[in-house]
Amino acid sequence: MERDKSKLKLAADHISYEYDKSGANRHKALDDVSFEVYEGEFVGLIGHTGSGKSTLMQHLNALLKPDQGTIWYDGQDIYEKGYDRKELRRRVGLVFQYPEHQLFEDTVFNEVCFGPKNFGMDEKQSELSAYAAIKKVGLPDECFYHSPFDLSGGQKRRVAIASVLAVKPEILIMDEPTAGLDPKGREELMEMILSLKESEGLSIVMVSHSMEDVAKLADRIVVMDKGHIVYDDEPRKVFAHYKELEEMGLAAPQMMYVMQDLKDAGFDVRTDVTTIEEAKEEILRIVT
Amino acid sequence: MLRDITLGQYYETKSKLHELDPRTKLVGTLIYLISLFMFTNAYVYIFAASFLLLCVLISRIPPTYMIKGMKPVIFLLVFTLFLNMLFTPGEVIFTFWKINITKEGVKQALYMGARLTLLIMGSNMMTLTTTPTRLTNGLERLMGPLKLIKLPVHEIAMMMSIALRFIPILMDETDRIMKAQLARGADFESGNLIKKAKSLVPVLVPLFISAFRRANDLAMAMEARCYHGGKGRTQMKPLKYRPADLLAYLVLILYMTAVVLIGKYL
Ligand SMILES: Nc1ncnc2c1ncn2[C@@H]1O[C@H](COP(=O)(O)OP(=O)(O)O)[C@@H](O)[C@H]1O
Ligand SMILES: [Mg+2]
Repeated sequence: MERDKSKLKLAADHISYEYDKSGANRHKALDDVSFEVYEGEFVGLIGHTGSGKSTLMQHLNALLKPDQGTIWYDGQDIYEKGYDRKELRRRVGLVFQYPEHQLFEDTVFNEVCFGPKNFGMDEKQSELSAYAAIKKVGLPDECFYHSPFDLSGGQKRRVAIASVLAVKPEILIMDEPTAGLDPKGREELMEMILSLKESEGLSIVMVSHSMEDVAKLADRIVVMDKGHIVYDDEPRKVFAHYKELEEMGLAAPQMMYVMQDLKDAGFDVRTDVTTIEEAKEEILRIVT
Repeated sequence: MLRDITLGQYYETKSKLHELDPRTKLVGTLIYLISLFMFTNAYVYIFAASFLLLCVLISRIPPTYMIKGMKPVIFLLVFTLFLNMLFTPGEVIFTFWKINITKEGVKQALYMGARLTLLIMGSNMMTLTTTPTRLTNGLERLMGPLKLIKLPVHEIAMMMSIALRFIPILMDETDRIMKAQLARGADFESGNLIKKAKSLVPVLVPLFISAFRRANDLAMAMEARCYHGGKGRTQMKPLKYRPADLLAYLVLILYMTAVVLIGKYL
């Protein structure tokens, strides 16, 4: 995949990390991983549970320090002396898995103001930015002064995402944002993420183990397995390796299997189709 | 962060000590602790330390790991030694700035240090080689006779095992919540005491909520499996003494005899 190096925002440069450095069964959670994020792109990161996705994400905003290698942001080494890593955390917003578990304020509005205030915005700025963020995630107005604990699961999660958006990050990282939601909540959240994708200049990294979700949105897909990055390419090129993906306990989008079966049955269809819309077009093409 | 505290956490590996019955290890630890308090005698401490070293070797736990486990208590240890050294009256060895260091003080501090270190490492040895479940199981069996005086032995053991089980989970949870709030710009380090205490609110509130949620889930799960206290409850793997335990008890008797002999005659 050719890319414009001048648009490079964030780069993890050959990083390795091990959690328990003295325990009985040591293993590296990350082993010589390089990962890049460019301006305005949407990256999907997939991998089996325990493959090191969350560990990698926590390195990107300096919550974990790599044992080897380093992280570059806007051309600067974030572990250089005097680098403002708090400001980095503002620029690289991280939404943890099950972010609703970190809510603590009495109202949704205060919850979302927490981030902006911490990062030194004044009262007025914080409130404006919180307001905009809550609107962006599509929460209804009457929620503003409700307790976040009274909301539904999907809504709580939006509050948590809004609380990160409110600090105006340049890169938004979401760790399995749809995990544990019911199908409706999931669909609504995916729609919201799609609308975020349209916002100007925001790069998004979405961690997921659902191929369908990632295939729909990502410009680029990165696949992790056992602490290594295995693929890093356009979605259709990554999914072309569906046999290898299956061996890693992942699966290609279901439409690929449908098209493969059609082809095996003698229809002349393309097999590098990832979404339902594409599949529909392709099938309509050959029947008409 | 918090995971670095290894004091009292089970260390998984295969060894003769790991396989021993938890009751043997509980009794053994008790005997070991008593032996440390019977005599104030350098030879006894040397003997006790060698015995502990032998256990460490048998347990296949890396000695560096044991020493790392002492980290959280080092402050306490140094503090105790210091007090002992400063406030024991006796023959003065040297003085600086109005403080007299006495011969007795140094001696007392050394003994105290040796005793405390062996005490902590000795009890650590037990928790490192025994899973919390087996440990509480052993405790329940050992305390069995106390049921006669209406002590809720089973309930106490169950509470202990649940508490032990939850410590690492809650530590992980704290770690995760702290990181999540750091990502939202929280600051746990700077500022005065009041500011620092205030900065813990965003950690403590979610932590308590999560602890209650987990407790609720656990209670529900236990009830769903018809748990109703200890009466008539059987075990899948009841504790059973094996030949190795007999040997261990023999070693313990020999150890105690040796300690008494050394303490009396050396
Ligand atoms: N806080 C932690 N302490 C120790 N080991 C951890 C911790 N978090 C994750 N790990 C280990 O690191 C590896 C990668 O985990 P993780 O990054 O959470 O994977 P993923 O997010 O892809 O499921 C796993 O083997 C996991 O057991
Ligand atoms: Mg994860």
